[in-house]
Amino acid sequence: MRRSLRLVLQGVSVSVVALLLVLLGWEVSSSQDRQALADQVASGERPQAPEFSLPSLVGEGEIALRDFRGKAVVLNFWASWCVPCKDEAPLLQRAWQRYQGRGVVVLGVDAQDLSGDARRFIRRYGLTYPNVRDGAGSTLGRYGITGFPETWFVDRRGRLVGFRVEGPLDTQTLERGIELALASSGS
Amino acid sequence: MRRLASLLALAVVGAALAASSAAAETRPSLDDLENELMCPTCKTPLELSDAPAADRIRAFIRVRIAAGDTKGEIKRMLVEEFGEGVLAAPPKRGANLLAWLLPLAAVGAGAAALAAAARRWKRAAQDGQDSEEPLDLDLERRVDEELARYGE
Repeated sequence: MRRSLRLVLQGVSVSVVALLLVLLGWEVSSSQDRQALADQVASGERPQAPEFSLPSLVGEGEIALRDFRGKAVVLNFWASWCVPCKDEAPLLQRAWQRYQGRGVVVLGVDAQDLSGDARRFIRRYGLTYPNVRDGAGSTLGRYGITGFPETWFVDRRGRLVGFRVEGPLDTQTLERGIELALASSGS
Repeated sequence: MRRLASLLALAVVGAALAASSAAAETRPSLDDLENELMCPTCKTPLELSDAPAADRIRAFIRVRIAAGDTKGEIKRMLVEEFGEGVLAAPPKRGANLLAWLLPLAAVGAGAAALAAAARRWKRAAQDGQDSEEPLDLDLERRVDEELARYGE
């Protein structure tokens, strides 16, 4: 009886370890998928940008990425507590004002943030480009976001192009990405 | 008498726990909530996180406590902000039940499989003993006689 009990306890231990290994394998596999998107863009491919539809931070309703099909999109992930996000916000606002006439949209995605803090951030920096809130973080995994800020460029056909910017933008990098997105749309 | 005393002690402890829980619900503290919530950045319990997002959530909780919100109300507000993933323990309903049941089912299945294997091994060992050749009766009698002689 004692031997059986010992065997049962060993079985429980083995089952727990097996379950943890399965979960670890699933997480590793998921992280490899996220990295694949960045690798594709870096190697010159133009994968379709993962779709999303999220609540607008200003006004009612939701905004979807596909709403901007036909325009080039600067897709910027941020949070109000992120210091470099505060530095680049004026840069993004200026780009929005300068390029919207050429069919460019700056679209901000706020995540890991309280909605009140996010709205105060938008008011503080006078941001007039559309911003959405990803409360549950559903887009972060699909875009491979590991920190803020992070920026992708999307062409008029909804494809990721050029490069991913991890960290704050500078004017030169932002303009280069915008021009790539505009140029890509025709091919 | 001893059983009655044990039951009374259990009842007193249970009542004390219930009263404490009710008090926490109506007048929560930051500590009450921190270990029941997760940091959205680092995915650890809020009490263990020093991420900026965690600091903002703690500030939010303090404001809501000062405003007189209950623990349940504050947790509901944070779920509206961040989804059910902000809760340290998934709610026991709908698809989240799987988070509670699957690990138990996996452990139980493993234990049951090993118990069944243990029974098979035990049965095989017993069958092995039963299949041994019967003692030679003549030899057994001689051994008994020798043992009896030494016993004298």
